[in-house]
Amino acid sequence: MATVTYDEATRVYPGADVASVDKLNIDIQDGEFLVLVGPSGSGKSTALRMLAGLEEVNEGRILIGDRDVTNLSPKDRDVAMVFQNYALYPHMTVADNMGFALKIAGVPKSEIRSRVVEAAKILDLEPFLDRKPKALSGGQRQRVAMGRAIVRSPQVFLMDEPLSNLDAKLRVQTRTQIASLQRRLGVTTVYVTHDQVEAMTMGDRVAVLKDGLLQQLDTPRRMYDHPNNVFVAGFIGSPAMNLLEVPVTEGGVKLGSIVHPVKRDPLAKTGDKVIVGIRPEDLTPASEGGIPVEVDVVEELGADAYVYGRTDVGGESDKQIVARVDGRQVPDKGQTIHFVPKGEGDHLHLFDPESGERLGD
Amino acid sequence: MALDITTARPWPALLDLPWRLPLEDWPEERLAALPRGISRHVVRFVRLEGRVIAIKEIKADIARREYNMLRMLRRLGQPVVEPVGVVAGRLTKDGEPLDACLLTRHLQFSLPYRAMLSQNLRPDTAARLIDALAVLLVRLHLVGFWWGDVSLSNTLFKRSAGEFAAYLVDAETGELHDKLTNGQREHDLDIARVNIAGEMMDLQAGGFVGEDIDPIAISDRIIQRYNVLWQELTAVERFDADQRWRVDERIRVLNSLGFDVGELDITTDFDGTTIQIQPKVVDAGHHSRRLLRLTGLDVEDNQARRLLNDLDAFRAAHERQNDDEEQVAHDWLMQVYEPITRSAPPEMRRKMEPAELFHEVLEHRWYMSEKAQRDFTIEEAVQDYIDTVLPDKPDDSAVVGVDTDAIPVRANR
Repeated sequence: MATVTYDEATRVYPGADVASVDKLNIDIQDGEFLVLVGPSGSGKSTALRMLAGLEEVNEGRILIGDRDVTNLSPKDRDVAMVFQNYALYPHMTVADNMGFALKIAGVPKSEIRSRVVEAAKILDLEPFLDRKPKALSGGQRQRVAMGRAIVRSPQVFLMDEPLSNLDAKLRVQTRTQIASLQRRLGVTTVYVTHDQVEAMTMGDRVAVLKDGLLQQLDTPRRMYDHPNNVFVAGFIGSPAMNLLEVPVTEGGVKLGSIVHPVKRDPLAKTGDKVIVGIRPEDLTPASEGGIPVEVDVVEELGADAYVYGRTDVGGESDKQIVARVDGRQVPDKGQTIHFVPKGEGDHLHLFDPESGERLGD
Repeated sequence: MALDITTARPWPALLDLPWRLPLEDWPEERLAALPRGISRHVVRFVRLEGRVIAIKEIKADIARREYNMLRMLRRLGQPVVEPVGVVAGRLTKDGEPLDACLLTRHLQFSLPYRAMLSQNLRPDTAARLIDALAVLLVRLHLVGFWWGDVSLSNTLFKRSAGEFAAYLVDAETGELHDKLTNGQREHDLDIARVNIAGEMMDLQAGGFVGEDIDPIAISDRIIQRYNVLWQELTAVERFDADQRWRVDERIRVLNSLGFDVGELDITTDFDGTTIQIQPKVVDAGHHSRRLLRLTGLDVEDNQARRLLNDLDAFRAAHERQNDDEEQVAHDWLMQVYEPITRSAPPEMRRKMEPAELFHEVLEHRWYMSEKAQRDFTIEEAVQDYIDTVLPDKPDDSAVVGVDTDAIPVRANR
């Protein structure tokens, strides 16, 4: 087990003008589950592969513990790519399927056995150790594959979109399994996904990347409550945060027909417009005044419902907007209703329209 | 959702397959072979208008990605299976969505490694399979393809005059880059080593290969062979300007390994006393291209080498060294190659490719001569081969998969 450090780590592909990963700085704690998330082309996979030794680091360095691994070959880094391939061998026992790679590495027989038994205990596979893979269920076979990585006891686990070829149901199950297993093992893990829900539910901390640049590195909670810029605000959360560009007025921001009070300090840093971010659950219907929304679709989830509609607020016409409402009082399609921020607007996020950076706390 | 079929050429017969059933439940009469064994995905073989098609059930985006990857690799002239198409948007009769299917054409006369090894041809069969896989891996790496799951299982083998030629059949994990980093190449090699050792240990555990073979030694061989070949193909060589023959020598070595040099980087130092060369573009298939040009025969490279040797012998025996090479090749084709490859009865002819049959007959003649300590004519050799050897040869053309007990699963004709 070990810490992992990205120190100004940069990857520029030959012939490319811009870096795929640009001066990345991340300190990963010993035993931490860190998720790299971002849209395609964000550099998340490249960042993971730099750590694995598959991509060259053109500038900066990467450390595992105190060891500079920047120029080491993949197999000398003591990291394991999990789930990359998990063919099970039909004639070998579950124990042999888990331990054969140690045999190649020259580990003594007795030690292989003890490591396999230990991993099998964690994976609830102990009763099956002497059986053949044929006797296992799909989920158990997958755990054998995990066991193969565990018995190697690497310093770091690396996972690159490991759930992408599973169907939705199995994905949720496996997600939970991986997260709980990682906590039991306490092995530092770096996990790449494009799915922000996966990132938020699994990571101790989440690193959001875009265009090769780290946008924010925080706990899921902090990321949700305090996005550092417009990109993170729109990327994290499902349904996404509503982002409206509205006029700044004396004492607050103008949301449709009302002026919503906002502290003076943050607004001092911007011009006459500001981007307001409001999560769907932070909107509430108002009897009159506020953001007028023409309802397109209502998605009823039982206790709650999501209202999807359009508004003219924010300069552009037909701006999409999503609000969560009480499942027992849902509006009709085609109806126009007004929304205002809940309470004092503590959950209102403000961003600079030019830079996209967060204003104030 | 409507059925969405992507294919490079229109093939209406595809519509007749039972797409509304999960692949696992397809009726036996549809299948070219009975499926068995453990695989990550469900895979079935069906016979469609005389061709055997492999069908793999996977998620639509992965199927499309692999389909495009295989097409790209074929366009780059790599030995990979031919992708036929992707069928997506499948629903059961109850409207439940089903995974998409990737269709590839089964490579005729090819064999999975389990079948190769269970036929127990020669003691060094495993080593020769590894050699073929090393050539394949080097070729793929040269064009920038990172495989990600190198294994004997993901490869099909064709006989090639005593050696094997390897074909990639599974590109699911693969990625195409402009150029691979050393880390990517090393990672592929490491994956190959672990997978090959696992596969050999499995065969041993199943009792299909003897305890005397060493899975770890065999798996180490991929690294040795790969490194030797990679070095030959890519290394920079420096020598004095008066040793210019070494440029030709380098090209000759690459040719003998079966590669043509498409582009050679030659630089001299500032005062011209030393020359530095490095092959920039190398293409496999040196011998098969030459044979194709001379005779129109399209065969594996090692088979081509064998045939070209025989052609040279023919030329010498008839004292025609000064004749036009193409004219001699034409006469050899008419007088030697075709009579031999056509001499086998039709029901035996389909057991192996004509070029392989030709090679076998030449080998057989050598063994006959050695035993009897005299020369035999090619006609005598052909007849003896057909009478004594060919009937016992396995039928390579029909093997489409193997079950877990390493018994080839044969297609019903």
